[in-house]
Amino acid sequence: MTKLTTTTNLTNPDAVYAAIIDAHRDLTDEQSAAFNARMVLLLANHIGDDDIVLEALNAAQA
Amino acid sequence: MSEPEFKALYQYGYARSPDQDAPERPHHPVVVVGAGPVGLATAIDLAQRGHPVVVLDDNDKISEGSRAICFSKRALEVCDTLGVGEKMVQKGVTWNIGKVFQGEDQIYAFDLLPEDGHKRPAFINLQQYYVEAFLVERAGALANLDLRWRNELCAVAPGEDLAVLTIDTPDGRYEVSADWVVACDGARSPLRTMLGQEFVGKVFEDRFLIADVKMKASFPTERWFWFDPPFHQGQSTLLHKQPDDVWRIDFQLGRDADSALEKRPDRVMPRLKAMLGENTGVALEWVSVYTFQCKRMAEFVHGRIIFAGDAAHQVSPFGARGANSGFEDAHNLAWKLDALINGKAGPQIIAFYGEERERAADDNIGNSTRATDFISPKSGMALTFRNATLDLARHFDFAKAMVNSGRLSKPTPYGPGGLNTPDEDDWANSVTPGSPPVDAPLENDAGERIWLLDALGADFTLVCHGCDVKAAMPADMRIVTIGRNVTDSLGLFAQRYDTRPGSCLLFRPDQYLCARWRHFDRDKVIAAQQRALGFG
Ligand SMILES: Cc1cc2nc3c(=O)[nH]c(=O)nc-3n(C[C@H](O)[C@H](O)[C@H](O)COP(=O)(O)OP(=O)(O)OC[C@H]3O[C@@H](n4cnc5c(N)ncnc54)[C@H](O)[C@@H]3O)c2cc1C
Repeated sequence: MTKLTTTTNLTNPDAVYAAIIDAHRDLTDEQSAAFNARMVLLLANHIGDDDIVLEALNAAQA
Repeated sequence: MSEPEFKALYQYGYARSPDQDAPERPHHPVVVVGAGPVGLATAIDLAQRGHPVVVLDDNDKISEGSRAICFSKRALEVCDTLGVGEKMVQKGVTWNIGKVFQGEDQIYAFDLLPEDGHKRPAFINLQQYYVEAFLVERAGALANLDLRWRNELCAVAPGEDLAVLTIDTPDGRYEVSADWVVACDGARSPLRTMLGQEFVGKVFEDRFLIADVKMKASFPTERWFWFDPPFHQGQSTLLHKQPDDVWRIDFQLGRDADSALEKRPDRVMPRLKAMLGENTGVALEWVSVYTFQCKRMAEFVHGRIIFAGDAAHQVSPFGARGANSGFEDAHNLAWKLDALINGKAGPQIIAFYGEERERAADDNIGNSTRATDFISPKSGMALTFRNATLDLARHFDFAKAMVNSGRLSKPTPYGPGGLNTPDEDDWANSVTPGSPPVDAPLENDAGERIWLLDALGADFTLVCHGCDVKAAMPADMRIVTIGRNVTDSLGLFAQRYDTRPGSCLLFRPDQYLCARWRHFDRDKVIAAQQRALGFG
């Protein structure tokens, strides 16, 4: 059974996408990598469901 | 692992055994190979149960330089049954609290025993050589335990129902045969090699400098772990107190460090001064450089030869799971061998030793591998995530749980199934069948404090809440009746095991919970005991 939402789930996907890109604007590659790692960890915890996180890890291999 | 040479703290002597002059090859029910903590624990347990046991060790001394320092609550509980627990706690330094720092700041603290009402603390720190010396002393008090120093096992011929051992001594070689051989000959186990068994797993490349130093310092009795401290940038450091004003300080050195160079006092002292300040008087007790590995044998039981301790599995020290899990191996094995030798168990029982302790080894290896990976990340991205976790832990609670400076040794539950009878009644959150015991304070007839784990016998024990079932049970079943011969005035036993009047709990000889019922039923108790004896 899949639990990971893969259909559009944000009210304003363009704005969120832009915000993510924006957050990296002045960062070096190294800072960006660190930033992304913090994001992944924050979001994984927020999801709060181990199975969904594992599914997302799979989906991201695509 | 490097094997430094050190001076002897305890020197025992070789003595010629009558076996060496026997006209025919002598036979023994049990021979234990290796007088490290695990071999000694196994031998003492079996000897206490009445079996004659021969222990062989290629050495005859205990050297300075402690490997293990942290002994877990469960190891202490096992050592209580061996008669050395109290000595260890008296000599050791008790601790429950760990703190984790990044740079100059504390980011996380944990309490390993957040509740009262246990006989033993979460951990003590005690040099391994003291533990070994206490065990040797205890072994010497058992007339049926024959400890043979400078007896090196040099060949084995495994047979269907015995094994023949060739032993080398200062007087030359001799042979014995044994019904059972317990291989506790350490991480490099010659016996394992003789049987052609592999030892597979992960080798870590990072080198660690371990310095045991003597100093008068006012640090609290806590485990302090730094990621990237100002005095040792880019690496980790651990500080932990031992008895005799000795402190263990453990510096991560990275992959490329030169072990011989890093051990030199003129290299070690500046590291210590940077950490402790120029003016702290420190004397080096022992310095060594290690690399670590996490490995196990595929199977611990090979016919009549049974592996335990480091010979069967090896972990990195982050989590203090080596000797501690070895004590658990010994405790798991001894009662099973005892029951089998006495004709009370089914032949399967030894396979269950393998099953249960292989599961525990996976648990310990998993935990210690994850900790080692966190402390010394293997790739650039692993390091990025590690540092991201540490950064987040400064601000957010959730990330503290991901910070891994070592998940400290806890006994592994074996789960219901196998030797342990699954529940048929409803129980709230509490100890489940197949789980290690949780201690609780009780009072005896005279109103004195006693402990649940001390009240359990060396054999199966049925603990009943309020119902006296003695008359219904075979005379050799140990029965503890809460509310009759012992009292649970604080109610902690009832709370921890979710018992009500009528509840009955069956504990295995290794104190693991084996089965439980809301109401006593003689046949069910007997069936659960038979199942635990391998007749299931
Ligand atoms: C730096 C460091 C820190 C550690 N810290 C901890 C800790 O805090 N807590 C913890 O629980 N564990 C810790 N450990 C692990 C712990 O030291 C080991 O797990 C423990 O010593 C294993 O005990 P053992 O009896 O299985 O093997 P060993 O202690 O290695 O004993 C094996 C014995 O077998 C003998 N032997 C070998 N070959 C033969 C032969 N052919 N014939 C006869 N005898 C033989 C050896 O002489 C030796 O006496 C640490 C290890 C290291 C390196």
